[in-house]
Amino acid sequence: MAKSNKPIFWGLFAAGGTVTAFLTPVLALITLFAAMRFSPDLLTYDYLHAFANHWLGKLVIFGVILVSLWHAAHRLRVTVHDFGIRADTVVAYLVYGLAGLGTLMTLVYLLRI
Amino acid sequence: MSSKPYIREVSKTSWFLSQPRYKRYMAREVTCIFIFAYTFLLIFALGSLANGPDAFQEFLSALRSPWGVLFNLAVLVAAVYHSISWFSVTPQAMPIQRGEEFVPGNLIVNAHYGAWAVVSLVVLILGV
Repeated sequence: MAKSNKPIFWGLFAAGGTVTAFLTPVLALITLFAAMRFSPDLLTYDYLHAFANHWLGKLVIFGVILVSLWHAAHRLRVTVHDFGIRADTVVAYLVYGLAGLGTLMTLVYLLRI
Repeated sequence: MSSKPYIREVSKTSWFLSQPRYKRYMAREVTCIFIFAYTFLLIFALGSLANGPDAFQEFLSALRSPWGVLFNLAVLVAAVYHSISWFSVTPQAMPIQRGEEFVPGNLIVNAHYGAWAVVSLVVLILGV
């Protein structure tokens, strides 16, 4: 069989789907509660900063954002194709470029915290 | 003579409207737009966290605008739809064999729902 780098990307894609399936609803629920001002204790600077300041917190944040981003980017590429836009190369550069930019921003922000 | 051509034209932009299961497939596909956008919301939140308490307060004010509420609501609905559709195909995506038999599909799906509930509860307790 020919060697292929597909398993690595497919693995990341599956990991991202699983992580977003388990985590995105509850995260969106918390940010929705914060947006609706349910409680002043939601999303406080001190609590979140302390979480992001710990190496384990950094690792969790980086892992969740990384796989969510690349999973969604890959699906976005397919979705654009499904809506009849036949410009895969441009779309691929665009969505993976955005995912790369997001990954870089996450790394820089985490290192600065 | 047959007047129907063997290959029929399929619309590139509205093909999925012809069948309910295609519509469900596209509904699932569209949720990725919200998840992609929401991940960037998390990144912006992280950025404001890195820039200090004032920047974070600005992020919170933007989050609390009507658009922020609407966006989070849309993301929540899309994310729940994505989760349900993701878990419902797990028996096909990762069948588990025990001896000669396969573990029943609904057992795998329900195990995922159980784990989803536990994870959500833990994150809620940690985050609220």
